Amino acid sequence: MNRVIITVVGKDTVGIIAGICTYLASHGINILDISQTILQGIFNMMMIVDVSKADISFDELSDGLDAVGEEKGVNIKCQREEIFTSMHRV
Amino acid sequence: MINIYEVHETNQMIEQENLDVRTITMGISLLDCADGDLSVLCDNIYNKITAKARDLVSCGNEIEKDYGVPIVNKRISVTPISLIAGGACRSVEDYVEVAKTLDRAAKEVGVNYIGGFSAIVSKGMTEAEEFLIRSLPYALPATERVCSSVNVGSTKTGINMDAVRLCGEIIKEIAANTKDGEFPHCAKLVVFCNAPDDNPFMAGAFHGVSEPDAVINVGVSGPGVVKAALQGCRGESFEVLCETIKKTAFKITRVGQLVAKEASERLGVPFGIIDLSLAPTPAIGDSVSDILEAMGLESTGAPGTTAALALLNDQVKKGGIMASSYVGGLSGAFIPVSEDQGMINAVERGSLSLEKLEAMTCVCSVGLDMIAVPGDTAAATLSGIIADEAAIGMINQKTTAVRIIPAVGKKVGDTVEFGGLFGYAPVMPVNGYSCEEFISRKGRIPAPIHSFKN
Repeated sequence: MNRVIITVVGKDTVGIIAGICTYLASHGINILDISQTILQGIFNMMMIVDVSKADISFDELSDGLDAVGEEKGVNIKCQREEIFTSMHRV
Repeated sequence: MINIYEVHETNQMIEQENLDVRTITMGISLLDCADGDLSVLCDNIYNKITAKARDLVSCGNEIEKDYGVPIVNKRISVTPISLIAGGACRSVEDYVEVAKTLDRAAKEVGVNYIGGFSAIVSKGMTEAEEFLIRSLPYALPATERVCSSVNVGSTKTGINMDAVRLCGEIIKEIAANTKDGEFPHCAKLVVFCNAPDDNPFMAGAFHGVSEPDAVINVGVSGPGVVKAALQGCRGESFEVLCETIKKTAFKITRVGQLVAKEASERLGVPFGIIDLSLAPTPAIGDSVSDILEAMGLESTGAPGTTAALALLNDQVKKGGIMASSYVGGLSGAFIPVSEDQGMINAVERGSLSLEKLEAMTCVCSVGLDMIAVPGDTAAATLSGIIADEAAIGMINQKTTAVRIIPAVGKKVGDTVEFGGLFGYAPVMPVNGYSCEEFISRKGRIPAPIHSFKN
């Protein structure tokens, strides 16, 4: 499995998750986990997705999510999972 | 599975606390480039570097995008040039040609610095090594990206005082050949004692002869992350302080290890070492001095500074060592003055002197780094400062170094501008008493005894 973490930070509005999910589904990317919380007064959402069957490259995914984020007025970032597992798991 | 708080913590380190990977440095052996003809030698060097490091910068950029962590510099270190150029270079001008070749190769592959225009003269100097050192006042101003180092001593060999004397004179000449408003070329020369073979940090990086044909070394950073963590433990015991530094250093180093492993796999070049260093930048909050002050010092340089730095340096190593399979290079906390806004502030408010910095170098990773002194400082005095640092390294079996910038036409209280991200350095006062007679003695200081440690 090839996992990517997508984080969304910004002001909560209607349809952020819908917009991202639609984009991911259209490229064969499966969502494994979603969680959200308010951290320091700001909406934070995290998705763990599986990109092993994706029809686009990591680069294209990253740029595509940037565009979705711009449309919704939030900051969307995607990173390969290993940076988090390296740092937080021994 | 990773949770949202862990993701948030990592991204906060990156976005707000200046966590980055400071450098991916590819070490390249040039031993097979040696030739008796200067133009063949230069062609060999250029071809080898551009072939090996062709994808270094693009690979670094890809990794940066994949993991969302900035990789600030992509650099190259090469075999000390004096080891391979002796057959072809018969004059100072010949060495300048080799430096220009390195500069061209660095520009072609897009790295911002290339280190290894170096001479290892800890016991004695060959003719080639002396030519190389004497070429520095011309080679450094004639190039943009070439970095140089001279190793003048070691615990095993003692200190080559002839080389120390020569380096003082050469540093003066480099300063004199630096035009007004130009980047100070002295910042591209480091004079070492016990120089490591695998240091990825500039300006002192070179690819030692004990290294393979090519290797990937990674320098991590993150003073801002340590500082942010320490702000949460004001008033706590030393145990809590140390635990906090260790945990933070572990996390920072794991990122470096991941990046090093990826770079090594993608480039098909073996992984060498991680250099566990807290390398500051002039960015606000990215400062080693700020960490010392967060520990409870009113201003860096106050009594207690050396102890605080010793603690910091040791805990960074203890935390980092488990996070990486191979640790090397300089590993520790860097205390450059001009690259650390907190250090600059401490100098300007009069709490940090050259003498206190020297004491701090006994317990930190390197030495007197990026220090500006008045332009009329005598060459013998510069040599005296170098000899003092080398002695600390020799006796304490550690790496020490001097990167000092005589600011021509400037006096104490003036500043030297480096431009852009390099910040500036306040010109610091130097003890005015002479060491001329001591420095003008010929020969070397013998290797120290390894027993009777007191």
